[in-house]
Amino acid sequence: MNALPESVDAVADGLLEAGYLAGGSTALVAYLATRLHKPVLVEGPAGVGKTELAKALATYLGRELVRLQCYEGLDEAKALYEWNYRKQLLRIQAEADGAGWSEVQDDIFGEEFLLARPLLEAISSEIPVVLLIDEIDKTDQEFEAMLLELLSDFQITIPELGRVAATSQPVVLLTSNNSRELTEALKRRCLYLWLDYPTPEHELAIVRLHAPELADTVARKLVEVVAMVRELDLKKPPSIAESIDWARALLLLGSTDIDAATFTDTMSVIVKHRTDIELVAERVGLALA
Amino acid sequence: VIDRQLLLFGDELRAEGVAIGTSELLDAFAALGEVGWDERATFQQALAATLAKSPEDRRVFDLVFERFFFRAAEAAAIEAGVLEAGQGSGGGEGPAGQIDLEELRAQIAQALVDGDEALLRDLARLALAAVGRANDGSGVIGIDVQRIRRMLNLRSDPQPDLPPEDPRHAGLPPEAMRRFEAMLRRELERAQIERTQSLPPSRPLGELDRALPSGPTADLAAVHRVVAQLRRRLATQGVERRGSNRRDHVDIRRTMRASLQTGGVPVVVKYRPRRPRRPEIYVLCDVSTSVTSASVFFLSVLHALHDSFRRMRSFVFIERISEVTDIFARERSFKAVSEAIASDAGVADVSGYTDYGRVWSEFRALVEDDLQPRATVIVLGDARTNGRDPRADIFATIAARAGRTFWLNPEPRLYWNYGDSVIDAYTPYCTAFECWTTRQLEDFVKALTAPVAR
Repeated sequence: MNALPESVDAVADGLLEAGYLAGGSTALVAYLATRLHKPVLVEGPAGVGKTELAKALATYLGRELVRLQCYEGLDEAKALYEWNYRKQLLRIQAEADGAGWSEVQDDIFGEEFLLARPLLEAISSEIPVVLLIDEIDKTDQEFEAMLLELLSDFQITIPELGRVAATSQPVVLLTSNNSRELTEALKRRCLYLWLDYPTPEHELAIVRLHAPELADTVARKLVEVVAMVRELDLKKPPSIAESIDWARALLLLGSTDIDAATFTDTMSVIVKHRTDIELVAERVGLALA
Repeated sequence: VIDRQLLLFGDELRAEGVAIGTSELLDAFAALGEVGWDERATFQQALAATLAKSPEDRRVFDLVFERFFFRAAEAAAIEAGVLEAGQGSGGGEGPAGQIDLEELRAQIAQALVDGDEALLRDLARLALAAVGRANDGSGVIGIDVQRIRRMLNLRSDPQPDLPPEDPRHAGLPPEAMRRFEAMLRRELERAQIERTQSLPPSRPLGELDRALPSGPTADLAAVHRVVAQLRRRLATQGVERRGSNRRDHVDIRRTMRASLQTGGVPVVVKYRPRRPRRPEIYVLCDVSTSVTSASVFFLSVLHALHDSFRRMRSFVFIERISEVTDIFARERSFKAVSEAIASDAGVADVSGYTDYGRVWSEFRALVEDDLQPRATVIVLGDARTNGRDPRADIFATIAARAGRTFWLNPEPRLYWNYGDSVIDAYTPYCTAFECWTTRQLEDFVKALTAPVAR
């Protein structure tokens, strides 16, 4: 649908249309990424909208989102490509009599027999896509090293086949929860974006965007409470998605104010650990009473 | 001109310890080619996205950016013979150079209502020149900010005695005021940097070099990182031994796949990869007074280990030993754990001095049946027996039953075997490490996860 964006403001508007309110330098970095064809490394605590940014960007650019969810033990066969050995076998059997050996040999290592996994899919797609490599910090360093070729040159080397260069330039986003330090080599190839919990005003705007029917006073109070909860030393501080969920929950319940009772009833939407609940109930409940 | 400036800027960042490669500088140039330079914030963010690649780096980047480009701008201004409006008025000569304080107040108020960032920044600088430099600041930035705010008569509550068209009549928007205060603060900081010719204390030394037992929560993150590394190494342990021992299972799928190379005849037999062994860990942690400072560290290590390993049993000991595996499983926060252990672990008897002999025999009684060659025993303690019998013989039987035994001593090696420390009695049976920084903990992790020679 869209060609490359024209300006930073255009990106910000486009993301807003896709339901993502870009704060700080987010729009700028997204703009640079599309312009410079550089991957973006997005870091920040869980639940600040890193993955959401990729989705919104895909919607805005009118591109398909190819997502690679990382986990410990992820390997090339699941991320890059795999040979479709069943098909290769069939091919051999089908041609067992007629064809010469060398023909079959050449044949079965063609692109036809490749199973494209997300990364190969992303670069070999005819139309440019948005590639999201989610939670890169969950993988081991070996996998990171494997990504380097893809990220800097947008190509993949398959031993039997040679180099597969990108037919289109994907926009690449890598997200990380900062649970381990990524290698310098990876960082050097990326633009860097640090997303943190939004300021109260920004979060208020986000909540309004997603739950426009919520009364203004309630929304304001909600954001204040969430900020208060994040201040506490919790196992899992509430994410932006959870404040939106909470806003929707309050809307459903028809609450007109957040008082101690409403809070205790609906707290489980934003706090999800038993010990956290106790702590929050004690501190915030007191503040609201 | 900007090329040179940017390279110099890169040099300054490097001097502050931010690792910047040539490729990053090239990226920065490319990025600047795409955005306008007139917006200061855009300019800064574009540079930050290409040059500063971690939150710490970003902090340093912002400081250096302020310092560098502020100086550059001022130098350029002097060169061109232009003086900042505020600078002439600081001396207060003549009505032309004098800033009308009332006028300034009104301007700031208007800008606050309009929310014009760039104008506000200029005004903040002006205000500083008019108010701040007149009488030298207190030196404490927070106090100075408030002083200036009062002198500018900025209040969020309505001031009905002013004419209604004045924005201050209805009171100023509090968020805007906060922003303005932040700007004032930044300007003051910058003035301070200028005066002292140095950055505010740059980021602390590499956290791995810090000695450990200082602040438990601050160090907890570092310890967790090291332990996460330990877990990863342990999880993949044993892989390198694959193939050396041919008691493996044939992997049909991969064998078929390999047979394609030979036209469907399985010439090369592929084996199923060895599943790495599951580590089984016993950790004994001394919590007596002689290791008070270190035991906080040890407990945090224990805590981190517990987050990472399923099959792990932990014990704390002073005179007696007590299993605390359940406490770690139940309590998620480190604080709760240390409190629970302090209050009801029941490890102290009468004297409160460590009795290693008794601890060993109790430990042996507790786990004798479970100990097996695949188990790893880790002792965290200073081996100070307070003159009691070390009973190295019992320790030897434990070490013999377990696959590997490690000792982490929180004291520098210099103090080992000094006074009542008897670590030498145990070293024949275990590998001992000094461990009082996270770096040493990492060394230990390396040793722990090194391939086992058999």
